[in-house]
Amino acid sequence: MSLDEQTKDRDTSLLEVEPATPAAHDPYLKGVSDLTATSSPTPPDAWARDIQSVATEKNVAAFERLFSHFAPKVKGFLIKSGADAALAEECAQEVMVTLWHKAHMFDPTRASAGTWIFTIARNKKIDAIRKQRRPEPEDVGWGPEHEPDQEDVIGLQQETMKLGQAISNLPEKQRNLVERAYFGDMSHSEIAAATGLPLGTIKSRIRLALDRLRHAMK
Amino acid sequence: MAMSEIKHHLSDDILMAYASGNLPEAFSVAVAAHVSMCDTCRATLESFDAIGGSLLTETAPVETGADAFQSVMDKIRQAPSEAPVLRNATPDFPTPLSDYVGESLDEIKWQPIGMGVKQSILHTQDDATARLLYIPPGTAVPNHSHEGLEMTLVLQGAFADETEYFSVGDIELADGSTVHTPIAADGQPCICLAVTEAPLKFKKMFHRLVQPLMRI
Repeated sequence: MSLDEQTKDRDTSLLEVEPATPAAHDPYLKGVSDLTATSSPTPPDAWARDIQSVATEKNVAAFERLFSHFAPKVKGFLIKSGADAALAEECAQEVMVTLWHKAHMFDPTRASAGTWIFTIARNKKIDAIRKQRRPEPEDVGWGPEHEPDQEDVIGLQQETMKLGQAISNLPEKQRNLVERAYFGDMSHSEIAAATGLPLGTIKSRIRLALDRLRHAMK
Repeated sequence: MAMSEIKHHLSDDILMAYASGNLPEAFSVAVAAHVSMCDTCRATLESFDAIGGSLLTETAPVETGADAFQSVMDKIRQAPSEAPVLRNATPDFPTPLSDYVGESLDEIKWQPIGMGVKQSILHTQDDATARLLYIPPGTAVPNHSHEGLEMTLVLQGAFADETEYFSVGDIELADGSTVHTPIAADGQPCICLAVTEAPLKFKKMFHRLVQPLMRI
């Protein structure tokens, strides 16, 4: 299924806004402009909702949308990271299997769908390409009796989009450094490359979400 | 692990290196363990994850195999979700560390390295070395100069060096320019996770001779 076809599968309200920028080909980003036009549904968190549907109802249609959109990107990411096409294909499939199994761990108040899938793909890269173990922090997640606040979800997703736009707007040289740090094999990240990115607001949102989680867990 | 008030944190460059997957395994154990105890660093880490997410979102797609989706659905049906790992309700270590050393302090196989100090080396890739250290009350970790990055995460008790005080959850970062003598503080033994990029070099001749034997 092509990206265009898969976009049509989604709520048609997403299609009313024509892409204003090249980045807006992504239905996920297209929602940014859409949000001001209509209050329903809430497109910035469309992918996040699909992950939540996979978690709560094992929704195969939602999973297929996620697959069509993200699996080719994950494959591209792994090839950029040094995997050959066959290994990248195999790993991209495994990333999607992990997405299905761990969907209940996804917290949309702390990560966008893309961010969360990036962490799975990054761990797969370390495991399959570098042949190293990846120690991960202890999980903190919403228990079955607590629901994340929808406003927090939308806020976080919007901040992530702003960050994405800021990265796109970086000068070419600086952007390349960020890409090499995340996709390449640099022994130390080029922190300077990320200077000036709007990380402060996203960090405060995540911190707030963590505080609420800790409170809910008590 | 209970959250405590943490005063010594990870630096942005280390959190970014961890987020991008560019930190040696041994350091990653210490980062993951500290982040498990510190929501300040967790929030910073997850904001660095968001950079990776934004880059992934903008990555040019590479078409997957024709039967990729079917193959993924088959794998999902064949391998149902893993059962959750049963864990001790009150583990002595955060989970990323107990995955290497077990959940209980009693399970640690210590190796004495002199002055009552004991160590236990974690099995990680050898580009950096992670070890648990047990330092008796009032005892100093033998003098050493650093080569490259060193992280020391306090797991129990506290230690103090010439200038600062580190208690549970605090992480000390040092580089080649630092020479310090941490001492287990407060009349209690101090248990910490120490990660070094290169073998520690002890200044004292005795230790230097012992060094190859003890892998210090």
